[in-house]
Amino acid sequence: MIGGLFIYNHKGEVLISRVYRDDIGRNAVDAFRVNVIHARQQVRSPVTNIARTSFFHVKRSNIWLAAVTKQNVNAAMVFEFLYKMCDVMTAYFGKISEENIKNNFVLIYELLDEILDFGYPQNSETGALKTFITQQGIKSQHHTKEEQSQITSQVTGQIGWRREGIKYRRNELFLDVLESVNLLMSPQGQVLSAHVSGRVVMKSYLSGMPECKFGMNDKIVIDKQGKGGTADDAGKSELGGSGKQSIAIDDCTFHQCVRLSKFDSERSISFIPPDGEYELMRYRTTKDIILPFRVIPLVREVGRTKLEVKVVIKSNFKPSLLAQKIEVRIPTPLNTSGVQVICMKGKAKYKASENAIVWKIKRMAGMKESQISAEIELLPTNDKKKWARPPISMNFEVPFAPSGLKVRYLKVFEPKLNYSDHDVIKWVRYIGRSGIYETRC
Amino acid sequence: MTDSKYFTTNKKGEIFELKAELNNEKKEKRKEAVKKVIAAMTVGKDVSSLFPDVVNCMQTDNLELKKLVYLYLMNYAKSQPDMAIMAVNSFVKDCEDPNPLIRALAVRTMGCIRVDKITEYLCEPLRKCLKDEDPYVRKTAAVCVAKLHDINAQMVEDQGFLDSLRDLIADSNPMVVANAVAALSEISESHPNSNLLDLNPQNINKLLTALNECTEWGQIFILDCLSNYNPKDEREAQSICERVTPRLSHANSAVVLSAVKVLMKFLELLPKDSDYYGTLLKKLSPPLVTLLSGEPEVQYVALRNINLIVQKRPEILKQEIKVFFVKYNDPIYVKLEKLDIMIRLASQANIAQVLAELKEYATEVDVDFVRKAVRAIGRCAIKVEQSAERCVSTLLDLIQTKVNYVVQEAIVVIRDIFRKYPNKYESIIATLCENLDSLDEPDARAAMIWIVGEYAERIDNADELLESFLEGFHDESTQVQLTLLTAIVKLFLKKPSETQELVQQVLSLATQDSDNPDLRDRGYIYWRLLSTDPVTAKEVVLSEKPLISEETDLIEPTLLDELICHIGSLASVYHKPPNAFVEGSHGIHQHSADQFAIMKQYFSVLQVWLPATKAKGLEIAGTFSRRQGHMYMDMTFINKALQHMTDFAIQFNKNSFGVIPTTPLPIHTPLMPNQSIDISLPLSTIGPVMKMDPLNNLQVAVKNIIDVFYFSCLIPLNIFFVEDGKMERQVFLVTWKDIPNENELQYQIKECHLNADTVSGKLQNNNIFTIAKRNVEGQDMLYQSLKLTNGIWILAELRIQPGNPNYTVTNPFFSTDIVFAAHIARSE
Repeated sequence: MIGGLFIYNHKGEVLISRVYRDDIGRNAVDAFRVNVIHARQQVRSPVTNIARTSFFHVKRSNIWLAAVTKQNVNAAMVFEFLYKMCDVMTAYFGKISEENIKNNFVLIYELLDEILDFGYPQNSETGALKTFITQQGIKSQHHTKEEQSQITSQVTGQIGWRREGIKYRRNELFLDVLESVNLLMSPQGQVLSAHVSGRVVMKSYLSGMPECKFGMNDKIVIDKQGKGGTADDAGKSELGGSGKQSIAIDDCTFHQCVRLSKFDSERSISFIPPDGEYELMRYRTTKDIILPFRVIPLVREVGRTKLEVKVVIKSNFKPSLLAQKIEVRIPTPLNTSGVQVICMKGKAKYKASENAIVWKIKRMAGMKESQISAEIELLPTNDKKKWARPPISMNFEVPFAPSGLKVRYLKVFEPKLNYSDHDVIKWVRYIGRSGIYETRC
Repeated sequence: MTDSKYFTTNKKGEIFELKAELNNEKKEKRKEAVKKVIAAMTVGKDVSSLFPDVVNCMQTDNLELKKLVYLYLMNYAKSQPDMAIMAVNSFVKDCEDPNPLIRALAVRTMGCIRVDKITEYLCEPLRKCLKDEDPYVRKTAAVCVAKLHDINAQMVEDQGFLDSLRDLIADSNPMVVANAVAALSEISESHPNSNLLDLNPQNINKLLTALNECTEWGQIFILDCLSNYNPKDEREAQSICERVTPRLSHANSAVVLSAVKVLMKFLELLPKDSDYYGTLLKKLSPPLVTLLSGEPEVQYVALRNINLIVQKRPEILKQEIKVFFVKYNDPIYVKLEKLDIMIRLASQANIAQVLAELKEYATEVDVDFVRKAVRAIGRCAIKVEQSAERCVSTLLDLIQTKVNYVVQEAIVVIRDIFRKYPNKYESIIATLCENLDSLDEPDARAAMIWIVGEYAERIDNADELLESFLEGFHDESTQVQLTLLTAIVKLFLKKPSETQELVQQVLSLATQDSDNPDLRDRGYIYWRLLSTDPVTAKEVVLSEKPLISEETDLIEPTLLDELICHIGSLASVYHKPPNAFVEGSHGIHQHSADQFAIMKQYFSVLQVWLPATKAKGLEIAGTFSRRQGHMYMDMTFINKALQHMTDFAIQFNKNSFGVIPTTPLPIHTPLMPNQSIDISLPLSTIGPVMKMDPLNNLQVAVKNIIDVFYFSCLIPLNIFFVEDGKMERQVFLVTWKDIPNENELQYQIKECHLNADTVSGKLQNNNIFTIAKRNVEGQDMLYQSLKLTNGIWILAELRIQPGNPNYTVTNPFFSTDIVFAAHIARSE
């Protein structure tokens, strides 16, 4: 198990040091600093073995978090734990920075004592932790007996992510379908790989212990209904979405509140949600993806000192929809001396420090086309190595889900309190963003 | 409120000041002071001299302050054992506190204070906490047992804490169960043979129930523990798999990988031809792909594991090569791992795409990555014959870039391509020779020299080229020296007239001027060969070389099996067994290494039927079994030769029971050197019959691309016992009486310590049915029947005297007596 946990600033000064196991000594703190943070070469692996001691590290801005062990631990678990710890810290005091860590070091030690025992991760749900790790020591002394047992049963219980007795005057929930669409296209316009990785983020403000059921246009479910038609899908496409067609989901993973065995057997997504914002599910699709933009590059080398670049982008969605925050990044060689650009729409600039021409367009409707041309002057070099021609990348945001996913319903049942599914106000929003959206040139 | 100010006090009289502050009358001041102490401790200052003053602050209502003091105690108690005793009272008192959070805090901290005197006082509070009404306290106490065991194992056993811990596996609270499992798993690592966890079907069921309810971390503890369990049969294995598969959709990648581990291990137990086996294989692929959309560190862990999984079961991810294509922004450690997997998955079906990608990578910036990409192109050429030509032309393009390390890497792989496809691509030698001067790495120089020597007859100025290397002979690495020596000898054998001087020069350099024994020895061998018998020399030096293998860098199969048992763990990341990097690694690791072997032998022990020495490197070990009413020949084919094997086929000679295979041999992919494949060949008894001696003898012929091999083996008769071999009681009686006495045989089975019911149960598992049971004069009499596939019935009477380990069998029928006896002995 995890033997110790250290947090360093960018200089390698230790900010937090908590040792859980006897086999980890103080010298481990220095070993990581010398061999990883101050290493001459860039570290080639997130796991480093130094003198039979293994170090796992992740970096958040310029803060290093390192977990140390001498045993054959579950490596995936250690990283997941480090991520979780970052989440918990962010939930308590915001951005993970040197200043924030120093300001909250007592709190961090208290958290570390709670979420890691003898190197074994314990309940690390912020919702639960915030009920008893409050940084107001005196107050927690005055919990009543009922409150205390409520805390402990929540921390250790089946529904460790939600406490009882939550009340809202207005029961409301927000669903965000957030997708990032990834593309790698050849210069000839052939799709080399494309996939959507999506997340359904839910903000729930619901009273009591609501039992929820989430439905989407998952091909497997729709096909099943087409054949037999199950009773509990009476309220089809209740939350809008013309959703006739269904989509094939390659794989999905769920927040721990979702009953996985039920999903496995019936493919239904049922759960008692945490209070507030959390990620309900993640999914991945590769079939029939709507690629919102197509990039057509044309690069011509004119002699040894000049490049001509022309890039056309075409938007490929309903004309009534607007894409936003469009940015096209055209890499330029290292020996670029000057660039002239002409673009039809938006603004384009050569950024020498980034070795790229950055072309920005605020808004663009569907089924439109725009173009940029640039002349790049090159300094003659005797560098034998050819320019690697990195791909042209693109960023954008569109108000639909490129995977075609539609929310069909989200039903809420709270048998003990007197509100029904109809009383809950529900909001759904779709946002498609570019992930790694690249076209080779 | 900002606490960062505590980090900035580092004046000289600090300790003294702190001491004063710790003894301040005001609570708030004291708290401030303790915070300063902790901050100093964090940055590595020695503040142990403040021990008594800090401990004085322990008696407080302020939980925050209390926690800070505890933190200090955990750090320094060891260096101040005598003073640590001062804290005991406070702990013991806190363990009785009405607030469960405080009780748990006390027991948690006490376990972290590694001072013998304190541990003595810990026992009583711990015992109470293990039975506490509050689950939060119990789950903390469970971990505390593991802590105590780490300090004083004997005490934990003497005090009966292990039993208490085992009781917690049945606890109503899932988190208590999970922590108890974690603690027991850790403790059992230091007692490899104790069976501490006592994994029986009831406990497994409890764990599987808790799996659905506990936290993500608890699920990991439970899954990791489950993976050490050996199900008693394939049914149990399947039912566990069914309850584990939902975990593949968990958001936590560690839960997913641990579930994959359980499934990969239990797959071994499932019959390969069952529907469920196929379904399960299909279910494994999407979650593994999903792991690659996680954060880069988790991707790295996942890729290292996928690398193992692809070697063990290539079918799982063979359709998914695209997800391993490298992204421009991937961290370098992800890129290198993806590349590795791409090569493993490359096949004729996807080679065009793979090559296009590799070509793209070869122009990237990172030197290691580019080198690996070039090497990958070469490996594709060797692996997929149809692509060889395209690979070679890609490599030539890359050589034209003149990027030094690309050229060198390309030349190294081209040498391998030449060896794999002799006399095919020699036309490019001229291009290669152009780059001779730019080669400065030993690998590349050696490769080039080898090529020149091997094709000396086609290179006009081969002698000049090789001579140019001779000048700095003693500065070259051994590898280059050896290759150069051989190359010049080859050249001499091919063009003796012009190169006599050259060969003499190199031989004298190697034998007289070198200190390297390998080089000298090789030099002398060549010298003597050449001077005594040039014809033999030619035969030896220019002999045909064995083909090179298509797969390289494969992990050795036993290590691979062991690593599969460690999926998700550090061992799977390092690709090393735990004892290679864990100090004083306990027996359990070795133990888990054997698990695969044990699981494979589950149904019966494999026998080597065809040793490698008799079959040009092919070894076949096998056994026969009967599963769900069908007969199978389970075999392991191992290629111990240096070349790959394809075109396998099998045939049986006519035999007593008409046994024939119902399908062709299911080996569809070539068997690589050092690779093994497990297959299960379904059999039927509808073939031609010929009486063999002994009756159950089977003669088998196996063919592969190399030759045809023959072996014979004995089929255990019990696989012919059919499921409907239970004779009607009446029929049995009549038949028994009808058999004339002279047809009756009687013999004894010795040393069989089983009672009548167990024997009857065991026999029934093998389709020998008990028709009736009698007790005559204190002896148990069992009347049994069985039916063979050819419809012959066999009846038997089994007499068992309690206390006498020898059984008497009266067998009134047929001559299969020996078989029957042998069978009873085996089913023991």
